Amino acid sequence: MAHADMDTQRLDLPEPMPQPRFQAGFITPYAFIFPALLVMLGGLLYPVFMAMYLSLYDWQIGLDLEDAPFVGLTNFSRMLTDPQVWEVLWVTMRFGFWTITIEMTLGVALALLLEKPIRGASVFRTIFILPLMVSPVVVGLIWRYLFDARVGWINYYLGAWFGIEPQIWLGDAQLAFFAIVFTDIWQWTPFIFIIVIAGLQALPSEVVEASTIDGANWWQQVFLVKLPMIKSILVIALLMRLIDVFRGMEVMLIMTGGGPGRSTELLSLHIYNRAFETQQLGYASAISVLLIVIVFAISTLILTMANPMKSRSDV
Amino acid sequence: MNDTFSRQLYHYSALVVLAFMALAPIWVMLATSFKNDIDVQSAEPLWLFFVPTLENYEYIMTRGKFDRYLTNSIIVGCASTVMTLLLGGFCAYALARLDFKGRTLMANSTLMVRMVPPAVLAVPAFAFVMISGVDNDLAVLTFLYTALNLPFAIWLLFGFYKQIPVELEEAAVVDGASPLQVFFRVLLPLMKSGYAVAGIFTFRIAWNEFILALLLTGRTTRTLPVAASGFITDTGVEWGRIMAMGTLIVIPPLLFTFFAARQIIAGMTAGAVKG
Repeated sequence: MAHADMDTQRLDLPEPMPQPRFQAGFITPYAFIFPALLVMLGGLLYPVFMAMYLSLYDWQIGLDLEDAPFVGLTNFSRMLTDPQVWEVLWVTMRFGFWTITIEMTLGVALALLLEKPIRGASVFRTIFILPLMVSPVVVGLIWRYLFDARVGWINYYLGAWFGIEPQIWLGDAQLAFFAIVFTDIWQWTPFIFIIVIAGLQALPSEVVEASTIDGANWWQQVFLVKLPMIKSILVIALLMRLIDVFRGMEVMLIMTGGGPGRSTELLSLHIYNRAFETQQLGYASAISVLLIVIVFAISTLILTMANPMKSRSDV
Repeated sequence: MNDTFSRQLYHYSALVVLAFMALAPIWVMLATSFKNDIDVQSAEPLWLFFVPTLENYEYIMTRGKFDRYLTNSIIVGCASTVMTLLLGGFCAYALARLDFKGRTLMANSTLMVRMVPPAVLAVPAFAFVMISGVDNDLAVLTFLYTALNLPFAIWLLFGFYKQIPVELEEAAVVDGASPLQVFFRVLLPLMKSGYAVAGIFTFRIAWNEFILALLLTGRTTRTLPVAASGFITDTGVEWGRIMAMGTLIVIPPLLFTFFAARQIIAGMTAGAVKG
């Protein structure tokens, strides 16, 4: 039978196909992506769906999940009228506004001023990325020490140089907010600086030279030529920082724990505190669904602007 | 002539000031870690002139289970890096080179899940541990770090694969090499620096991660950042010891920076500049 089948098959085909090779070509791509796909499904997508599922239950720490009452969308309606959620959203937005505005302004300004290739630039660049490499926990520890009311160096120099009384930086709502903004600026301005300088140095020199010949002064060159040409880089850098504002929490967790009050509690940290301080796992999951929606919205924006895997021809 | 000189002077002095601002806090940590209690409490900040002591390092290394935490960090860091590079490398290769149904979908969803916030993983991971009873296990942490790192690694390696001329592989195929042979014999040697960059980023994130490690590890499976955070609650004022711990955590990422700054910058700018 088998023999006959093979014969008819061979007859049907107009030309003999290199069968094994064809099969390998079809299966191979999936064999290559499958392991990674499996891990991402299990480690990223499954937790996201799990969070959605848990958000429908009133689950508290100490209770078995099977015993947790199903509450439908109650957690979500509660979230919408929860003053704490609105408060941390407001804190997150203010934090994002100040850090991103200052980091972008400083980073871009410095990149424009220091753009010219110069001997030893690579040494300085190495130094500038150091803050980015430091673990968030350690960043929190360092700045908690510097802002410490008793032994902190910041109080000392403010007193010695400007005669300012020692402040309890991390114990005062406004000062603590300032402190976490300041820390973020220290760590992330170099990121903007490095990205923008890479963009500026990749600009075709003819265009910039042409504008000089046309009589453009430095300011015109910056605002009419250079910045517009690296606009997409600026927007992507900004959106990447924006996503980090919604993802990050470790520095604040170490420096202030979100306090005093909720003055330094970003949305991510609020989820953490809700889940593990007030122990409302179900409700915390509902808030994480909100966080997912926000982050995915920003990701989509980035993707529509710059998708590195868009087509096969993009190279 | 004079003008370029003064411009260069201004350029360098600006860079020096910025470098100082970037380094000063890290230096403060390093210096504090070598101070005795009296110097730490000193009214005037001591930048340089104090008698260095190793007592903080001695303390953290002998009390508690420092070697255990260090080993945990290394295991989780290395295991998740190897996994990420292996799986991510295969996947990036397929996305960059092979044509198949669902390729665009796969590429896009990889980029979407890149940004999943760790805070979102926290509760489900905790729930998983509660339900399954798999507690105190580094495997869960390794798996999650691999998942968290895969999207970025795939993205990065994809870019590197794209830069390799296809002709090399075509020649190998004509010579009768199988896809696996092409991957291992032809591409891998050319991808060394790509894998180095992806490896550095992956290891650094696994090494530095705190939230998931805090939730998913116990007394014996703690990683270094978790152990470091323990010093705050235990001993609110023992800054010397905390800073010694911080210094030890920072060593590997700083070493990477010194040896591979160029590649790290390439990795950081890949996301924005190439778009």
